[in-house]
Amino acid sequence: MAETKSILLVGVGGQGTILASRILSEGLVEAGYDVKMSEIHGMAQRGGSVSTQVRYGDEVFSPIIGRGEADVLVSFEAMEALRWLEYLKPDGKVVVNNYKIPSAPILMGKEEYPEGVIDIIKNKADTSIINAAEIAEELGNMKVMNIVLLGALVEAMNLSDIDWEKTIKNNIKEKFIDINLEAFERGKNAI
Amino acid sequence: MRKLLTGNEAIALGAYEAGIHYAAAYPGTPSTEILENLAKYKEEIIAEWAPNEKVAVESALGASIYGARSLAAMKHVGLNVAADPFFSSGYTGVNGGLVLITADDPGLHSSQNEQDNRYYAKFGKVAMVEPSDSQEAKNMVKIAMEISEKFDTPVLMRLTTRVCHSKSLVEVGEREEVPIRPYKKNLGKYYLAPAVAKQLHVKVEERLKKLEEFSNETDLNYVEWNDKKIGIISSGIAFQYAKEVFKDKASYLKLGFTNPLPMDKIKKFAEEVETLYVVEELEPFIEEQVKAAGIDCIGKDKIPNVWELNPEIVEKSLLGKEREVIEYDKSIVVNRPPTLCAGCPHRAFFYELSKRKDTIITGDIGCYTLGGAEPLNAMDTTICMGASISAGHGMERLIDGYDDNKRVVSVIGDSTFFHSGMTSLLDVVYNKSNTITCVLDNRITAMTGHQDHPGTGYTLQGEPTKMANIAEIAKALGIEHVKTVNPLELKELKAAFDWAYSLDEPSVIISRWPCALKRLSEYDKKEFDYKPGKCEVDQEKCIGCKICVNTGCPAIYFDKEAKKSSINAAQCVGCELCMQVCPVKAISEVGE
Repeated sequence: MAETKSILLVGVGGQGTILASRILSEGLVEAGYDVKMSEIHGMAQRGGSVSTQVRYGDEVFSPIIGRGEADVLVSFEAMEALRWLEYLKPDGKVVVNNYKIPSAPILMGKEEYPEGVIDIIKNKADTSIINAAEIAEELGNMKVMNIVLLGALVEAMNLSDIDWEKTIKNNIKEKFIDINLEAFERGKNAI
Repeated sequence: MRKLLTGNEAIALGAYEAGIHYAAAYPGTPSTEILENLAKYKEEIIAEWAPNEKVAVESALGASIYGARSLAAMKHVGLNVAADPFFSSGYTGVNGGLVLITADDPGLHSSQNEQDNRYYAKFGKVAMVEPSDSQEAKNMVKIAMEISEKFDTPVLMRLTTRVCHSKSLVEVGEREEVPIRPYKKNLGKYYLAPAVAKQLHVKVEERLKKLEEFSNETDLNYVEWNDKKIGIISSGIAFQYAKEVFKDKASYLKLGFTNPLPMDKIKKFAEEVETLYVVEELEPFIEEQVKAAGIDCIGKDKIPNVWELNPEIVEKSLLGKEREVIEYDKSIVVNRPPTLCAGCPHRAFFYELSKRKDTIITGDIGCYTLGGAEPLNAMDTTICMGASISAGHGMERLIDGYDDNKRVVSVIGDSTFFHSGMTSLLDVVYNKSNTITCVLDNRITAMTGHQDHPGTGYTLQGEPTKMANIAEIAKALGIEHVKTVNPLELKELKAAFDWAYSLDEPSVIISRWPCALKRLSEYDKKEFDYKPGKCEVDQEKCIGCKICVNTGCPAIYFDKEAKKSSINAAQCVGCELCMQVCPVKAISEVGE
């Protein structure tokens, strides 16, 4: 019996975390797992913090977890990884995008973006750092950062056997498919 | 075929398969997507945005009385607005099946309070179902329609955010074409004059007895036997949390039909198990009734009745287990509050309004509620939909009476104005307060994700329709001083405020510009001279005064070391607010 695994994806409104989670969930369904996915977005489309949870296994009950339970934490933004770190199992993995998005108090100069966020995480957990912004920029579209991170996650969770190409094609507008497939490969190789 | 669907998508699918004919709602998180998904079935279902939840429930009840299978959906606080027809519908009963959906928001992800609407079912004496995942949500719409028609009752379907917004696998089926039942005039049923209602109350009580029998028999309430040391009674999403924690180490009485409760089934279950837990989110709705029946159980003395539940809390509360968690200094993580978007027309409005001295600003529910947050801080109250105008009126009456120098400015959105602002504005006119009402008309219901309303010129199913004119409505309600302004022109706004403050009579200022994220409609393209662009800060000229930063635009960044502002070109849409506020003209537009 496959044990239920929990993946926590976090980021900032507008980064495409929900689309990445949707592709991830559909791929897992195709692979025959029972899957539950939950979006915790509230007012996040106005620049707030966003999280989604994807759980898969033979039979999944709760669509959400509590602290200390995620097998992997994928953060689309550096500081958000630290906000959600307590949700990771002590022996879980972190995949973190080395990319900073200052929040409103930081933009206004009232607070500083915390220093050494990634180092703190590296000291606490098994961490893979991905420069998804650089990769996306090389590919010529910053918006594919989410699929770079999806690729990295698939590699980190040993889920490469699933037909991701098909799932990505199902969820992306035709003219952006090639660039997203490339982003996915680059993400896989980045880990 | 199995599909991964959210609870809301599953409900729309279930309603389609159940052969419903009519649905209405006012958008509200977490319920919004139910009608958005129903709108797709244009051939089979009439799906509408109503101006508010009371209207939605009343129209669904009307359609039901006519003989159609009908549905109305709302978020929890929406049922407060619709409480009046909801209670009456409990008396009239139905003709075609009637399902009323309330989507509660434990955890207040996007709401002004946290209320457990299961009590409404008991209070209104109607049947209630509570699904625990998307498949159940889909199935229960159909079963609820049947219960509604069989027992002549509206059925309240109670969801929570986690059921609405989580996805699980759903088996897709076919639509059952259900004919519209014949309509027959029946004063003894649908005409709630006191003499009729008196008789109907007796029927309602009889119906409750029959519903309790059904509750004891139905498979919606089932037992799953495992180890009998622990027995758990649970419903809704809390059942999934209980299963996650206890798996097959406990027996379960899973309740899908929760008003009236299946007391016989509960008693039998309780007798068989050693320790009985009731696991429920928010209030002790089940627990209180179980205890009142003389059955001992453990519930809210261990499980908190505030905020959203999760498996960790259930485990900690009932088993005393503390999870091992990575320890670190969380205090260095900076808050990430939601903000008004770059280019939001509300920002300019609040920026100008916040300069006014001796002003109380009464706010409302919508994107513009964020005008109360830093750095604009331009709001004193937020109560509920429509309350900005009436609360403002109450304040102004006192200010007038006590000869205070303050003025009240009430701020409300376009959709909210139609929802319940209009009657409040009528009160302002009738009871003669000189409030200044500002309708922030961004041409869409923005906060919930861009739903049409009577002012947009389109229906939910995409048909062009007559566009409601807010200025004309305000005049018709008796407001004699009405002005429409472009909020992105600060001088125009200032002149409008000066004008309104100088009047001894109530006035309405309509601040009209489309939401920065809105896909412009044909009407919008004709009306608004919209040209996207980008602004840039000349670093040589910038004196680091932070005035542009204090507009709260997320595209503007202040570099503390260089003491200069800069603009993120990827986010800027060229609204030019920063250009207008910069005292040294360091910001300019650099084309598209």
